[in-house]
Amino acid sequence: MNGGYQIVVCGSIVPDPLQTLEPVAGPTGPALRNEMMLPAVLDPWAAHALYEAANLAKQHSGSKVWWVALGPKAKLQQLMMSMAQKVPFELVALDGTASGFSDSWEVAEALAGAIESIPELDRDRLLLFGGWESASRGTGVTMQMVGERLGITDQFQGVDELTIESDGSLRLLERVEGGHHQVSVCGSPPVVVGWATGRLPEPPNNPQVGMLNMRTVMPALQRAKLVQLSTEGLTFHSVDLPEQRRETRIVRDSSADEIALELVDWIKSD
Amino acid sequence: MLDSERQSIDLDIVCVGLGPATGGFLTTLSRGLIRADGTPEIESKVMPGMPLQVACYERADDIGFGVSGIATRARSLKESFPELNVAEISLAAEITSEKVLYLLDPIGAGRRSPTLRMADRIIRALKWLPFFEKDAFELPYIPPFLRKEGGFVFSIGQLMQWVGADLMSTGTAVIWPGTPVSGPLIEGENVVGVRLVDQGVDKEGRPAGGYMPGMDIRAALTVVGDGPVGPVGRQLDEHFGFPEGNQHTEWAVGAKMVIDLRDDVRLEPGTIFHTFGFPEPEIFGFMYAHTECIVSAGIFVPSWFKNPARTSYRYLQHWMMHPYFWRYLEGGRLRSWGAKSLQESGRRGEPFLVGNGYARIGEGSGSTNVLTGSGVDEAWMTGKQLAESVLELAKAEKQYTKENLEQTYVKKRRSSWVEKEGRIAEKSRDGFQRSVVRGMIGMVLAGFTGGKLTLSGKSGKDEASTLEDYYRGKIPPAELDRIRRECTEQGLPLHDALMQKVGWPEIPFDGQLLVSQQDALLMGGKVQAPAGYADHVVFLYPELCENCGDKICVEICSGQAIEREPEGGVRFDREKCVHCGACFWNCSHSVAAGEGKSNIEFRAGAGGLHSAEN
Repeated sequence: MNGGYQIVVCGSIVPDPLQTLEPVAGPTGPALRNEMMLPAVLDPWAAHALYEAANLAKQHSGSKVWWVALGPKAKLQQLMMSMAQKVPFELVALDGTASGFSDSWEVAEALAGAIESIPELDRDRLLLFGGWESASRGTGVTMQMVGERLGITDQFQGVDELTIESDGSLRLLERVEGGHHQVSVCGSPPVVVGWATGRLPEPPNNPQVGMLNMRTVMPALQRAKLVQLSTEGLTFHSVDLPEQRRETRIVRDSSADEIALELVDWIKSD
Repeated sequence: MLDSERQSIDLDIVCVGLGPATGGFLTTLSRGLIRADGTPEIESKVMPGMPLQVACYERADDIGFGVSGIATRARSLKESFPELNVAEISLAAEITSEKVLYLLDPIGAGRRSPTLRMADRIIRALKWLPFFEKDAFELPYIPPFLRKEGGFVFSIGQLMQWVGADLMSTGTAVIWPGTPVSGPLIEGENVVGVRLVDQGVDKEGRPAGGYMPGMDIRAALTVVGDGPVGPVGRQLDEHFGFPEGNQHTEWAVGAKMVIDLRDDVRLEPGTIFHTFGFPEPEIFGFMYAHTECIVSAGIFVPSWFKNPARTSYRYLQHWMMHPYFWRYLEGGRLRSWGAKSLQESGRRGEPFLVGNGYARIGEGSGSTNVLTGSGVDEAWMTGKQLAESVLELAKAEKQYTKENLEQTYVKKRRSSWVEKEGRIAEKSRDGFQRSVVRGMIGMVLAGFTGGKLTLSGKSGKDEASTLEDYYRGKIPPAELDRIRRECTEQGLPLHDALMQKVGWPEIPFDGQLLVSQQDALLMGGKVQAPAGYADHVVFLYPELCENCGDKICVEICSGQAIEREPEGGVRFDREKCVHCGACFWNCSHSVAAGEGKSNIEFRAGAGGLHSAEN
């Protein structure tokens, strides 16, 4: 494409799942105990979207990546310390809750508003990326609603691969049942792509990228617009963490077959 | 990709390691870089027109993934933050009460000297005294030099998160966690920056998929605050040596747990306990109440503890189960766990503090006070002093030469309480090298006489006994051989079998606080090892390991990341390593490459603990 793509990635923080997570009833609804003291990581689904965006931008000269993130400013700032060295982007920060208990519709509205306010965004070159799901929000509808509010009708969810064909069309692989993919071809942007895991590993830390990003990250955080999400009309009947069951054994030199058989036995017995 | 393709960037100041020392440095420096109108107070040399370009590279995956239970007087923190409100910092509390306890051995399995056994008998005979409770004797008087009154209890993880957030909000320095530094860049006698570790390599460090050579970060000043086992500090030690009479001979490994107390147990926040005497006389312990229901509990296993099968994890479990503490901890739940090495030589472990283009701060610079057991306060102060000096030099447009840094930073440090108190503490622990009782008396003498009187010990590196010596009279040599053989065949450390043989009871695992060491890695430490990095623990001459009888590295390893191989050698599993660094200073083999250098090289590596609560 002449001039490259304009790729907007939506994604924010989730509490580091390796920490002690405990749901509690807070004054404004469900929350995690001591959530603000927990280290945050970029939502893994959104991280895949960001890596894919950066890779695509690298392959198509003139492309640019914006990262639109809604979260507590202090936590976004913390996140940037680990993410800004990964890939080049320009941050658009929104200061508000990143709780998994927020209403997806309201989140989508805030994100769409922020995207619309990006100066000189060319919709004909726009690829709107995000996570298909979220580690803190399993509804999988936020990106769809962001796209709808922006009037983007070509939407693909659970995407594992996006390739640009020689005629400029977009070929996408969406996950369907049974480990298969549905192949779609879309003529041109704008398009919404809700990424599954994609194909790319986490990029290594690149200090040059980090220093470049930080020149725009800090100003973006400083001018982050405050977003107040209302909790009106939203009730939660119960909140639980996924149950973990862990039985540690140390076994050496087992063959793959033996491990597989044991897993099968374990699944059958459950 | 060839080495010549290695990339390079230029900064004004590069810092290595984000601990309390670098926290003090960056906090102080950041306040002097920008004027109120937003223009640079000091202009960058590498980016004219911009403020000083400052970056800090930290190995751990996030800021605040360090390990330390802190009870500190916090004098330097209070200087930096006069309005400090600890309520803003999670797991922080003002110290409300202090107790120092001598723990008796209710099991009778510890190795106590005749003097201590006699003391125990006298104490037990006087158990009707109010100071005796649950096999513990509370010292009725705490010497002033040991008191922490007016100070705070912190979680180092939460403290550093708070400091890091404050720093980042200034926009004057960037902090890059998850970015290990391989070593210093030394040209002649000048340090000109640091090199980051290679990424996209296999475990031996050979280029693999996605290979990216570690970038060179060149800077006019390299601030080395990477702690006692950091690769930059230790490589500088190797290159420049130590001032005459100084060396790193004494170490300890500290292991701790953060624990949720059971529902019917509450402690006043800020309550602190320090202990000695149990599980072995050489092992010190502590418990600090962060909130009324969350405590840190831990022990220190020093290098002068002669047991070659020394383990911090198993001893920590026995310490927690001492009746005095078990009444609080029983039924508790493990939130977090971790371990770290402590450089216990203190002022006598001080390296050359400055040189052309570099300065040393914090624990690795010998700032820890070994008499008062205080390190964070001192480390922060050294960082603060260096920042004040850097601002002074930068404003005067002077270079960061050895001479200029000596005239500013070193001079400032020498005239401060860090130096004065460090000198008092310098020889206070020498007596421990002969016996625990002598060591305790030496500490008291040094504390009360301002360091004028001390009790001597031997000089030089602490050496562990052999197993045969340590367990003489308790385990026959043939039985030791059998245990050694069986553990080797099963790839297990020896300490569990040996401790049980001499009377330590099995740990009654409860699945929530008393858990196996492997479970602690997952439940408490959440240990991670990102792909694409080389092993950072390297056995230089594997044949030495094969012929090593006691393999202390296996015993002391905090994560059981070093295991015995049935063939006789040892192997390292990076996915279990918590980066405590205890392996290299516990290795009993010196190699010809350099005096004092062991057969284990502890290099820069990624990953480790993933808990911000320690």
